[in-house]
Amino acid sequence: MHLTILVWLPALAALLAAFGSPRNVGKLAALGAFITLGLAIAVLAEFDTGQAGLQFVTDVTWISALGIHYKLGVDGLNLLLVVLTAILFAAATLWSSAREWERPRLFYFNLGLAESAVLGAFLAQDLALFVVFFDLMLVPFYFLVGVWGGRNRVAATTKLVIYTLVGSLLMLAGAIATAVLAARGGQQLSFVLSDLRARPLGLGSQEWIFLCFAAAFLIKMPAFPVHGWMPDGYRAMPLPVLAVFGAILSKVAAYGFLRIVLPLFPGASAHFQELMLLIGLASILYGSAMAFTQTDARLIVGYSSLAQLGFITLGIFSLRPEGAQGALLQMVNHGLVVAPLLLIVGLLAQRAGGSEDIRDMGGIAFRAPVLATLFLVVAFATLAMPGSANFAGEFLILLGVFRAKLVIAIVAFTGVVLASVYMLRAFIRTMHNRVGPQVTSREIGLADALVVVPLVALIVAFALDPQFGLKRSERPVKASVAPAQLVGKATP
Amino acid sequence: MIAAVKGPYIDWAGLAPLDALVGGSLVVLLVGLLRARAARTQLVPLLTLASLGAAIGLSIWQWNERKDLIEGALRIDDLSLAITVLCCLAGVAAVLLSWRAVAPEQSGHGEYHALLLAAIAGMSVLAGAENLITLFLGLELLSIALYVLCATELRRATSLESGLKYLVVGSVGSATLLYGLALVYGATGSTDFEGIARALAGGDVVSDPLLLTGIALVLAGFAFKSSVAPFHQWTPDVYEGAPTPITAFMAVATKAAAFGVFLRFFDVAVIDARDTWAPALAALATITIIVGNVGALGQSSLKRMLAYSSVAQAGYLLAGIVVGTQLGLQATVLYLGVYLLMNLAAFAVIVARERDTDEGDDLRAIEGLGASRPWLAGAMTLAMLSLAGIPATAGFIGKFYLVSATVDGGYTWLGVMIVVGSMISLGYYLRVIAAMWMRPAPAAAPRLIDGRPAMAGGSPEADAELGGAAAAAGRAGAGPRAQLEVSAVAIVCGAASLGFGIIPSPLFEAAKAVGRSLGALP
Repeated sequence: MHLTILVWLPALAALLAAFGSPRNVGKLAALGAFITLGLAIAVLAEFDTGQAGLQFVTDVTWISALGIHYKLGVDGLNLLLVVLTAILFAAATLWSSAREWERPRLFYFNLGLAESAVLGAFLAQDLALFVVFFDLMLVPFYFLVGVWGGRNRVAATTKLVIYTLVGSLLMLAGAIATAVLAARGGQQLSFVLSDLRARPLGLGSQEWIFLCFAAAFLIKMPAFPVHGWMPDGYRAMPLPVLAVFGAILSKVAAYGFLRIVLPLFPGASAHFQELMLLIGLASILYGSAMAFTQTDARLIVGYSSLAQLGFITLGIFSLRPEGAQGALLQMVNHGLVVAPLLLIVGLLAQRAGGSEDIRDMGGIAFRAPVLATLFLVVAFATLAMPGSANFAGEFLILLGVFRAKLVIAIVAFTGVVLASVYMLRAFIRTMHNRVGPQVTSREIGLADALVVVPLVALIVAFALDPQFGLKRSERPVKASVAPAQLVGKATP
Repeated sequence: MIAAVKGPYIDWAGLAPLDALVGGSLVVLLVGLLRARAARTQLVPLLTLASLGAAIGLSIWQWNERKDLIEGALRIDDLSLAITVLCCLAGVAAVLLSWRAVAPEQSGHGEYHALLLAAIAGMSVLAGAENLITLFLGLELLSIALYVLCATELRRATSLESGLKYLVVGSVGSATLLYGLALVYGATGSTDFEGIARALAGGDVVSDPLLLTGIALVLAGFAFKSSVAPFHQWTPDVYEGAPTPITAFMAVATKAAAFGVFLRFFDVAVIDARDTWAPALAALATITIIVGNVGALGQSSLKRMLAYSSVAQAGYLLAGIVVGTQLGLQATVLYLGVYLLMNLAAFAVIVARERDTDEGDDLRAIEGLGASRPWLAGAMTLAMLSLAGIPATAGFIGKFYLVSATVDGGYTWLGVMIVVGSMISLGYYLRVIAAMWMRPAPAAAPRLIDGRPAMAGGSPEADAELGGAAAAAGRAGAGPRAQLEVSAVAIVCGAASLGFGIIPSPLFEAAKAVGRSLGALP
């Protein structure tokens, strides 16, 4: 019950707010998002670290004819991601409520629905329910980009939706096939993940279904060959929407690998391990190179995310517990870093005459030491400065890959170096250098600081205690990697 | 002494829904002759609705009955009753959508509504047909009524063209079907579905070329009626030309009835020849999905787009028949119900826009609708999302069930085809949503007042009288208040496609009951 309220509260609050006056809708929606955050923190506080398996389980039969359950649950795998989602949506809603939007009721309703769908996807413990929430996420973002977006918004949103839905629909076919093929021999059809884990599929079926799921998740992340929607999408999205999109939606995809793909298709995961590692590696190198050459600040962040997600993919498909642990830690880190980074891009653009091109920026730090410091902290975390939680994450990932495939780990190390190159370039070009012609250096405003400072403080706090996440996720991560690791060992 | 002719035993209770429709048709035709204008414009539609309501009520009363009527000519079971209810619901929507429309004004309210009821009666017969003769009778009853209904906007050349085109193509389809039925009879020696199934169960007949040719021709005939590619070419033209309420009715009810008979013929009569017809049907389904979805991509007329989309949906529905299992049957019936909701919502919005703007059914007519009429835009959005199969809509549930039926029946690749079709379909459904929410409304153009073409075959006097009436109807239909019933249809159907997406169990229960009525399936 607890989790059901957590999932649906944001959408419901935004819906109720839509009946109020258009002036207050933003504040009411933000209130809803903060209550959701409170609930998420309550779940975090009540979570029993010592206990294995799911907690706070809600399990109701949804469609009995198809064996689909409305089953939600928390374990170490999704706990921090749920809290992260609640934090970032609260920040984005607060940020939005300080700004004017056309048709505000529709805007906040879509934002609330988006949060509900994302939380649902993280919490779903039924394959069909996961697919439902995963696809549902797209609907509000379709409107958020298409109605309130920037240049070329309609084309960008159409591209985004078609790209991601192609993947999602393949996943839908894969999900149905998983359950139907698993229920051979008179068994009752069931989509519940724990049931499916107990009914392993044959390797042949696993392989094509794995490819369906991998397509969906890699597109959503995005990863190197299927990232075509990303540049247009990033350019067109309104900033607070982009902050949650860039920070969280990619994590749903990475989380999907850990929650669904590795446990359900262990044979195929081991079979396609090298392919996935190569995709991760290509994403790191391509993303880093592009981030270094772009001048659009949003795209620098976008391509750096591409590279970071490459690392996460590497960690997951090292098929070793330490690698997957690192990947999970890095998911939280990256979410915490990207959202403030994108919001800071918005603040920089305000100070550079509205342009988001880093050639038009420069010298912004001059009269804005606080803003510069915030940016610097975030930049250091992004490039995985030793001492940051990102460092711990990347370290664990590379450790896992080292033990799995040495050569790939060695090449991946260059990605760590490249990250510092492009992040420092972005920082220097915007904050230092000669003052740009349009630039008016201003300190960060109170309303904006209220959003960005807590996020940065959280980055610092997490850097001091990365064990906070690792401790909780150790057991479930091991459980989800173990079957694939076993298969990998059996077939060298 | 006159030898008493022993007539067949007639179970009036079983026939009651059909009686309500046929009786209603006759009454409505007579009331339409009354001089009082209010009787024609108000009483006739009300009586039609009453008759449809009675038919729905009687069908629900007969629910769970399973019996043969009139010496095995017709069968009452949950399949035929469900199809009857679906067709009646489509009829209710059609009556509401044409309440203040031009078509009944021009062609006479009595005739228009009587034909509508006759068509539904034909559908009911078709869905219950258990005999090749009844099958053909039902088919012709529905087809002939629809040929005329397509041409009821007497002053619009495209409406007349639509009727004529449907007549010509439909007749070819009927002829093909009749030929096929004759060959099936020739091969099996029976017009009864039971008898045909018995003959096939013997084993030798199954590979008889006579039977196979017969089945192929029957398939082609059904394919014409349910617009399955490559027999779909008439669909876009006829859908575009026909009055929009009739298009909505045709798209939904004809498809339901055609698939009802599809199910009964293939899953009962010739189920033992499944190995021979299933691959052919699977191929047709694939072609239909691709042709329909690709054809819809380039359309700017909403009605043409929905026509192609209905072709694609026919392909999805066909996939449920291919597998020839309980699950496939249930999935097909469930999808028919879902299909009704989402299409009626979309067509109702088109009707509303046709009356509000001069763009007709062009995509431009709905530009900026999200800002000006958010409720209508919301209904259309839900309809499009549902048609595309986005979660939390009924369309998603329907597709989910169909795909699981195909995977379960050993046709995984066909399930993947359904999914691929949905991907292509996003290209055009999203365009509609984008037009409503993401484009500004075009500057208001002055309404077209005159310039009606002369009525085909009408006398000048009648022309003048009808013209005045039509102008009055046009004025009455101009204001937003006048469209209350149209908006109601759109919003109710849109809300239902959302509601059944979240709570689908009633649909599943009904589908299961229908499945039980053809209990012999694996």
